Amino acid sequence: MNETLLLQLSAIILFLPLLGFVLLIFFGKRIPKAHAVENFLIFVGLVLSIIVAFGKISFFNDQKIVYEFQWLSFGNIPLIGYTGIKFGIMLDNVTVLMQFVVMLISFVVHLFSVKYMEGDLRYTRYFAYLGIFTFSMLGIVVTHNFLMMYIFWELVGLSSYLLIGFWFEKKSASDAAKKAFIVNRIGDIGFFLGILILYVNYRTFSFNEIFTQISLGNLPFGSSAWLTASGILIFCGAVGKSAQFPLHVWLPDAMEGPTPVSALIHAATMVAAGVYLIAKVFVMLTADALLVIAYIGAITAFISATIAITQNDIKKVLAYSTVSQLGYMIMALGVGAYTVAFFHLVTHAFFKACLFLGSGSVIHAMHHEQDIRYLGGLRKKMPYTYYTFLISTLAISGVPFTSGFLSKDGILGGTLAFANLTGYWLLPIIGFLVASLTAFYMFRLVILTFHGEARDRHKFEHAHESPATMVLPLAILAVLSIFIFYTPNPFNADAGWFTKWVKTPSTIVPQNQAFGFMIKESGEHSEDIVAHSLQYTEALHHAHSQAMYISLLVAGLGILFAFVIYQWRKISADNLAQKLKPLYNFSLNKWYFDELYDKTAVTFTIVLSRISAWFDAKIIDGIVDGTASLTRVSAFGTGKFDNVVIDGFVNFTAYFTGFFGLIFRRLQTGKVQTYLVMVLSGLVILFFILRSL
Amino acid sequence: MLQVGLYHFLVLSGLLFSLGIFAVLTRKNAILVLMGIELILNSANINFIAFAKYGNFGFSGQMVALFVIILAAAEAAVALAIVLNIYKNFNTVHVDEIDGLKD
Amino acid sequence: MQGFPILSLITFLPILGMVIILLIPGKKEDLIKWVTASATLLQLVLSIVLWQNFNFTSSGINDPASFQFVEKFRWIEIKGITEWLGTIKIDYFLGLDGLSMPMVLLTSLVCFLATFASWNIPRAVKGYFALYLLLDTGMMGSFLALDFFLFYIFWELMLLPMYFLIGIWGGPRKEYAAIKFFIYTLFGSVFMLLVMIGLYFSVYEVMPDGSKVFTFNMLQMMNPANYGADGILSPMNPSNLRLLAYIFLFMGFAIKVPMFPFHTWLPDAHVEAPTPISVILAGILLKLGTYGMLRISFPIFPEITQQLAYWIAVFGMINIIYGAFCAMAQKDFKKLIAYSSVSHMGYVLLGMASLTSQGMIGAVFQMFNHGTITAMLFLIVGVLYDRAHTRGLDEFGGLATTMPVYTGIVSIAFFAALGLPGLSGFISEAFVFLGAFSVDSIRVLTIISAAGILLTAAYMLWTMQRIFFGKLNEKWANLPEINKLEIFTLAPLAVVVILFGVYPSPMLDMMNTSLNKLVEVVGNAQVIYSNMSAIQF
Repeated sequence: MNETLLLQLSAIILFLPLLGFVLLIFFGKRIPKAHAVENFLIFVGLVLSIIVAFGKISFFNDQKIVYEFQWLSFGNIPLIGYTGIKFGIMLDNVTVLMQFVVMLISFVVHLFSVKYMEGDLRYTRYFAYLGIFTFSMLGIVVTHNFLMMYIFWELVGLSSYLLIGFWFEKKSASDAAKKAFIVNRIGDIGFFLGILILYVNYRTFSFNEIFTQISLGNLPFGSSAWLTASGILIFCGAVGKSAQFPLHVWLPDAMEGPTPVSALIHAATMVAAGVYLIAKVFVMLTADALLVIAYIGAITAFISATIAITQNDIKKVLAYSTVSQLGYMIMALGVGAYTVAFFHLVTHAFFKACLFLGSGSVIHAMHHEQDIRYLGGLRKKMPYTYYTFLISTLAISGVPFTSGFLSKDGILGGTLAFANLTGYWLLPIIGFLVASLTAFYMFRLVILTFHGEARDRHKFEHAHESPATMVLPLAILAVLSIFIFYTPNPFNADAGWFTKWVKTPSTIVPQNQAFGFMIKESGEHSEDIVAHSLQYTEALHHAHSQAMYISLLVAGLGILFAFVIYQWRKISADNLAQKLKPLYNFSLNKWYFDELYDKTAVTFTIVLSRISAWFDAKIIDGIVDGTASLTRVSAFGTGKFDNVVIDGFVNFTAYFTGFFGLIFRRLQTGKVQTYLVMVLSGLVILFFILRSL
Repeated sequence: MLQVGLYHFLVLSGLLFSLGIFAVLTRKNAILVLMGIELILNSANINFIAFAKYGNFGFSGQMVALFVIILAAAEAAVALAIVLNIYKNFNTVHVDEIDGLKD
Repeated sequence: MQGFPILSLITFLPILGMVIILLIPGKKEDLIKWVTASATLLQLVLSIVLWQNFNFTSSGINDPASFQFVEKFRWIEIKGITEWLGTIKIDYFLGLDGLSMPMVLLTSLVCFLATFASWNIPRAVKGYFALYLLLDTGMMGSFLALDFFLFYIFWELMLLPMYFLIGIWGGPRKEYAAIKFFIYTLFGSVFMLLVMIGLYFSVYEVMPDGSKVFTFNMLQMMNPANYGADGILSPMNPSNLRLLAYIFLFMGFAIKVPMFPFHTWLPDAHVEAPTPISVILAGILLKLGTYGMLRISFPIFPEITQQLAYWIAVFGMINIIYGAFCAMAQKDFKKLIAYSSVSHMGYVLLGMASLTSQGMIGAVFQMFNHGTITAMLFLIVGVLYDRAHTRGLDEFGGLATTMPVYTGIVSIAFFAALGLPGLSGFISEAFVFLGAFSVDSIRVLTIISAAGILLTAAYMLWTMQRIFFGKLNEKWANLPEINKLEIFTLAPLAVVVILFGVYPSPMLDMMNTSLNKLVEVVGNAQVIYSNMSAIQF
């Protein structure tokens, strides 16, 4: 096992799904069972990714393996010298773990889709799209370069666009696809500008080189404000892709895509790319940037949790819960809890994919019924789906012995410690509130879907457990939601291996721009890359147990409320909704974000475009045509002048001559004798004239 | 006895010439115009011969006169032919009615 | 390759084809088409041969020695008519460098493919293809000429066939469009002519016998030492005529680009022109505007370029944003694409105004990419229009179900146009932004221009949705799928778009030596030219 081999394997993993895409798009009709080819390729990729992760972590645990090559050159630029752009891949522990997570989820989703999408008009193309998605997502994961990151970032956006709009016959689907792409583009522009700031200053896109420059104290344009700006701008990319406030509106709509796609892209992997990005650039974020990130994350978590409570579409609930959980991760990064943020990303990827696939199983069984008001009582009909769904729900609610408990607890502990040190108490408060809300709406979902009586008898009669290829992925993911895969101690993630593999890197921003507690103190843990001060380690330690008790309490309360209202029906949900009508409507209508954007940004753009078009056609072109008309008018004028005056003069000369001609023609009788007379008289006159001389 | 001299010939020829011109200018009939031309030619002949007789030119005057007579004959032939043609075309020999030159 | 007049061949090959066509009876339409196809194919092959033999390290721009495949001989020589006029000497001077090479490739590629898009031209086939080839020569010559006079001739040579091609084979308002195009462009040419003559009387070449002879040679015009102290456009002349001349010249080129506010001829010309002519118009002709700026305005007036770079960037930004907004409001497919051209050419302006290597490379690469992408887009419009005989965006819907291959190709073109990474448009736009962002004075403009990326995505995807997605409009249920000939015209462009999107190096290596040189020429201007003024005062 050497570094070159790991890099080569990673490159192979990267290009396998692309190969699948190319094969399926161009030869899909000619290859029998084309989807099997794609599934096989993904499976190979999965196996390789396990090997790579194993090899990397066991042999090169604390190393970064980097490979770079010259992609293009700008030649010898005057005054600057030879310049080019390098591409490259970098393997560290986060990368290989993420690579594994992406491949695993991609694989189970492929497997699940085989039956789920059976009979679809564009079955092969669906798998091709999954292939290109997996390719671009892996690209984001392994890249060592901002430009390359941006490239794959956009490609992921493309595959998301293709998959959301997969059933493009539905207007809502194509609308959602368009919306997703455009909203993501807004964030991407910010991301791109952030990259530009870095490139313009450091003339490179490579993470390493840029970070080295920053750590040497070379700030962009010589000011830390620009560093903060570039951090926040790069974060804009994450805001778009990870559906953070205020660009979160696209993700719920993205549920128009096939459900396995929602599991793969809009729950587990792509939307986590934003978190992954922030993790990658974590070291260069200043305190101000981190604070912005933390608040955006908290606001997102809160808003979407409040929306999820009242949604009736099973996938919409899950979508908002995804947004909310992503907000959690972002918030965790903002408060410097790097490890747990990534930990939560991984655990969330598994249990949320499981939840989505479970909902897919339900939808499949219920003939595309997604409204939880018409579901119910499915527990007996679909036991496997139910239990896997339940395990994942426990995980997302943060119940002990699940992976979600560990990671969520870590995040809450991180916010608590952060608040202790810096005084931003709003963050942990929102964190706990959201934990409670999460437990509540997730159990509401479980109870309404699986417990109680069936509310749509007809569809219920036909419901049945899904086939093995659909249940197996659920089982795999549900099992991975149990604590044992991450730590031997169900109440302490730090005892496990995850925190040994993924360590918080030390910040490289100038000391006065970083949070004090993040600055590495020499002496302790010299073998670690961990960058925390003793003070922070202390605070984290304290916060850990506090956070655990409080989160257990709030999660328990949430679950209890869910059971009281929906299972035992002690409180009528409808009455409650009636009493809190304004709040209920506000939540049901998603805080009116869509309406707001529609009325402002969209309308504004369209009106502006109409005005421009009008301006172009009437004013600019009007001036052109006006000039032409003016020319024509003046041409008419000069034409008249020419006709009347100039030509008149010419004609006058002619008339004048003609007039005299008329007079003189009298002399022209045509009679020879007259002429003779004239000749003679002429002679006589000549005679007299000559004589007089 | 009145001595006939050059002077008399010249007067005669002058009269003859004037008559000729008068005929050419005033007669309508093309034939009469032609006759006027003959008169003019003959007045010129008289002049030639008179000068030959009284001058010191040898026979050249007579020679020219003979030449003119021959020419006049030829001219008369051509002119009469023209007149005939005119008559054919215009159905008249009155020169005042023939004003084709005007156009 | 030495000595073989390959550039003349590549330029006049179409004329040869035209002569052959004129000799063929008009009824043999197939033969005429094949003659055209072989002439353009041969041209394409020759340009690839050129590319293969091209020396990447040779800079060109203002250095006569480093131009490649040069052909130069005296073309017109009139000995001293008056003392003041001196001897008129005009060179036939062709040469190739890293700036013209991509354009030559683009021209030959697009002309070749557009021939096949012209296959079903309805009437007067002979005349059409004869004019088509004439147009080809005009464009190729403009890209290769290094003598201003020769350049001007080729430049004007393009006008005539274009006028007839739009005016005869065009749509319902073809006369209006053709005349508008003709007069607008001619209007620009007049200014160019003025400047050309002004430059002629300011720049002289020293002959071997020591006499000074005025010249139209562009490369001589780029050397400040060749300006007489008393020339009208001499840098030593204290009047500001050089500024005025620059603006005049720039206007001549800006009309071709087309730059706001001189762009309104473009939508009309495009909407009325037949498909292949739209392809050539957008794919090649527009590039001549920006090419002219880079080839003539920038190196001849480097100090003014520096002075006015900010304003060029401003117009670039207006083009990007304004063009995108206008495109968004269009209901006619072709008009939308036309406005998207306005928007995309804005990136070229912005990139070149940055006067940085990245920006300049981005600009020239964008010229090439826009050529291929827009050619695709117009071919795509043509495919749809040939079938449905309408271009109303709102009249379609759901075509993706019946025309999947067509939809796939359209997706490539659309995503390339909106700058999706992996396709060539992204790279050039990214470079333009890299270059422009690094210049302090135009950074804010760059940030505003970045909104163009968003707007482009918005209108492109909206168009996509309106035509291809949603329920299939029953009226178009029977539209036939794209045929082999059409695929043949589109596929090579798609391959180029993808290839240069993934691996742009072949293209970049070709041009970066020259463009770095150009940046250097413009960059050094302030010093050189201000010294010259110092002599005067």
